Order: sequence, then C-alpha cells, then structure tokens
Amino acid sequence: MTAELPAQLQYTVEHEWVDQASPVTVGITSVAADALGDIVYVELPAVGDTVTAGAVIGEIESTKSVSELYSPVTGTVVEVNDAAVADPSTVNADPYGAGWLLRVEVESTGPLLSAEEYAALNP
Amino acid sequence: MTQDAPTPDLLSPLHDEHVALDAALTSFAGWQMPLRYTSDIAEHTAVRTAAGLFDLSHMGEIGVDGPDAGAFLDRALVGNLAGLRVHGARYTMIVAPDGGVIDDLVVYRTGESAYLVVANASNHTVVLAELRERAAATGLDVQVDDRSAATALIAVQGPRALEIALALPGLAPDPAGPEGVTLETLKYYACLPVRLDGEPALVARTGYTGEDGFEFFLAADRAPALWRALLELGAPLGLVPAGLSARDSLRLEAGMPLYGNELDRTTTPHDAGLGRVVRLDKVDASGEPVPFVGRDALAARATSAPARVLVGLQGLGRRAARHGYAVLASTAPDAPAVGTVTSGAPSPTLGHPVAMAYVTPEVSAEGTELAVDVRGRREPVRVVPMPFYRRPR
Repeated sequence: MTAELPAQLQYTVEHEWVDQASPVTVGITSVAADALGDIVYVELPAVGDTVTAGAVIGEIESTKSVSELYSPVTGTVVEVNDAAVADPSTVNADPYGAGWLLRVEVESTGPLLSAEEYAALNP
Repeated sequence: MTQDAPTPDLLSPLHDEHVALDAALTSFAGWQMPLRYTSDIAEHTAVRTAAGLFDLSHMGEIGVDGPDAGAFLDRALVGNLAGLRVHGARYTMIVAPDGGVIDDLVVYRTGESAYLVVANASNHTVVLAELRERAAATGLDVQVDDRSAATALIAVQGPRALEIALALPGLAPDPAGPEGVTLETLKYYACLPVRLDGEPALVARTGYTGEDGFEFFLAADRAPALWRALLELGAPLGLVPAGLSARDSLRLEAGMPLYGNELDRTTTPHDAGLGRVVRLDKVDASGEPVPFVGRDALAARATSAPARVLVGLQGLGRRAARHGYAVLASTAPDAPAVGTVTSGAPSPTLGHPVAMAYVTPEVSAEGTELAVDVRGRREPVRVVPMPFYRRPR
C-alpha cells in the first residue's frame, strides 16, 4: 500500500502534514488515515487556542483505535475544519484536501520532513 | 547475548487471496490475517445488509473420536455433549478446576462417535493439550486429533448468505449425510456433511456476526477455489470480503463474548452471564452426575452472589469506550469506579458507541446512567440490554 505523498507538503514523524502557506494548513497523512481505518470522531482545538509544536492538540478516533493529533507548529489556531468534525469520513476520503483539520498562524515550526524523508520512514 | 528469533506468523491457506485483494494484514494470535480489505464500516454494513466473506482458517479444529467421545467431552467441558444430536452444534466452554474459562468453544457432533471442537486461535494449543491430558486421565476410549493445519474455515454471513451458498456450483449432498436436509432446511446451530467438487466438506449454520450464515470446513488445499467461487458468485449480490475488524464490531453489536476481553482465566461462565452453558445436571449412562473439570467450583459459583456483572453500555456522547477503560458511577469528578470496559466501539449499525463492561451488581440494572473515563474525560453511558443489535426475521 504505497500512499501518494504530495511533494509540496512537509510532514512530521507522527503523521501530520503541513503546507507552506501562511497561515499553514494542518492535516493527517494518507498513511495515518489508512492505518487508522474508518475515522469516526475528530477532536480539534478551538479557534484562538495556542498550540505548541510536538504537543498533543486533539484526537482522531476510528472504528478500531484512537490516535493523538500532534501539532507540527507553534502558533495560534485561526480556523478549524468544522465539516471534517461533522463528517470525519472526509479525512479518509481526502486527507490532503477536504479532510484538512486546522489552520495556524505560525510563530515557529517543529522538526519537519520532506515527502521523501517521510516516505522513507513509512515504506 | 543471544536472543530468540521471533516465531514467524502462520499463513492462512488463503493468504495469497488476501494479498491479491490488497488486504491490510495484521498479526493476530500467531497468524497473519486480514484486518480489512477496504473499509471497516463498509465491510460491517455489507454483512448486515447483504453478505460478507470471512477467512477463519486461524481457528483451531480438534477432532474427538471414539466410542466414548461423548462421555469424554461431558467430563472435559461444561456442557452436555453426549446429549447433542448427531449433526447438531453447541456453544460451550472448557474451564480450569477453579472454574476459570480456558476457552469458549463451538462443538459439532459430526457422527455417532465423532465430534469437531473449534477453539479460538489464541487458545488452540492449550485447548489441545488440556483435551489430551483430560482424555488420558479419564482412561476413556477416545482419540484427540489436531486437524488445524489441514483444515481451512470460510464463513459467509449476512441476509443473502443462503442465496449465495445455494448458488455454489459443485456443492452436492454427501451420501453419509442426513437424508433430506439441504442448506435451506439446515437448522441454526447444526451442520451438514457435503461434497464440494466431489471432495468432502462440512457446512455449519453457525457464525459470530448475529446474522444468518454458513461456515465451510474443508481441506486447506481446497480453500482458495471455494473462496474465489463464493466471491465471484456473491459479488453481484453484494458480498464483500470482510476482515477481523468488521468481525469484531459485528460480534460486539451481537453481544457475543470475545476471549481475552469478556472471557479469561479469571472469569467463570457465570460472571459473563453465560451460566446457562454450565450443565451441573448432566448425568452419565448410569444416571450418575458427571464429575466434569471445574464442576465443584462452578456449583458453588452458581449459588453465590456475583461480585460483578457483564452489562451492555450505550454511549450517550460520540466518543467510544474501549477495552480496559474504567466505568465510573457518574460523570461527577469524584465519582468512584464501578467497573471496567471489556470491549467497545462505535456501532456502525446503530450510529452510537456501544460497549460491554463488568460492573458491580448495584449499578447493573437496565437504564442506570454511568460514565466511562475516556482518556481523562467522563463520557456518559447508560446500561442497556444485550444484544445491542438483533437481526430482523
């Protein structure tokens, strides 16, 4: 199962992706979405919350398991994807598109990987 | 320092089929088995609305044969097996002398002096060893024969299972089978010897999903052909291959216990609400009570007040309780613990979380509002009757 990893995104070892716009958009990778199975519940921080790179900021729950969402960056949450919260299957169906999770005004970033580096860790 | 190499997982005779279907494989009870093929929810829903195809070849098949086979099983297991009709099936258990459950089993009587004992994959070797030891201890005329490696098990489960099984080309009655019984007239919890492309197989109307369905026991090398035939003729009727993940959510909705969750060595059948499978009243050929292993402990347990009760919980929020989470008396911050969740998941059929839990008897009444500690947050739940789901008839 080789997942397609968009080359323009950056990744964390905990399977989040982040784009390089401002504010940044954050989601989870297709690798994580596939491993979790059908996602049924997404918990995200609130708009205005401060998040810290490497810290747990939410939860992704599938029929079979629960996984924590880590922030890839430090900054302030400016938007959350209410549509993905209302219909978590969006995250499975389109993890890099409609299944994005939150947008953050970035102060600093944590350690991030290129698509190639992330792919090497997740063969 | 040397380290023992990990034992590689066993591969199902259908392994190549799973790989060809691009299944997500998982290590389960010493086997590489399919966790899912596409989506847990889609596979679960297919079983409730049409049909699912399961590879259960990891289950343990143990033959018990001989003139004393029934008398032996009556001494080795908690149920009444000598009294089981030929071609009947029974859900039963093997327990330790202290009454703790070693495994839950389905036993098929395949002939006057022939039984097939089906054990969970994780307990197969211990059940085999116990049966051999108990056979030697009784001195009865019986052979215990491990057939697991040679046997494949394929299940078709769902409302369209009968239609699909009937359409199987190459399925014919076995001359040794009961006269006049067909798949259509085969009763729930009964089995039927058949021929598949001329080779012997056993079909059982049993399952672990809460749906109607058939389980095919056959020689391992015949399994890929049956798997492909069922998939091909079932697909137009909505049949999909279904993995362990769907199997677990289906059995949970149907309120069926899972060894390692609801059942283990520290649990008696009575604790799990399954005291009815313990037959303290069974007698031998001369009318004497049968001294089966665990009898004394279970006779005492049958009349004492339970310390805990297995209940069904409906989640009132969106977050599911999971195995091992604490059950609390209420959502109040200082509410005491009153039990532990054994299995829990969002129910794809019902649309809300469901769980099974052991709780103290005082909070076990239907309708009681409790809470579960879901990773630090107190999620409200209510005690509800099981099964959570019952198929429409």
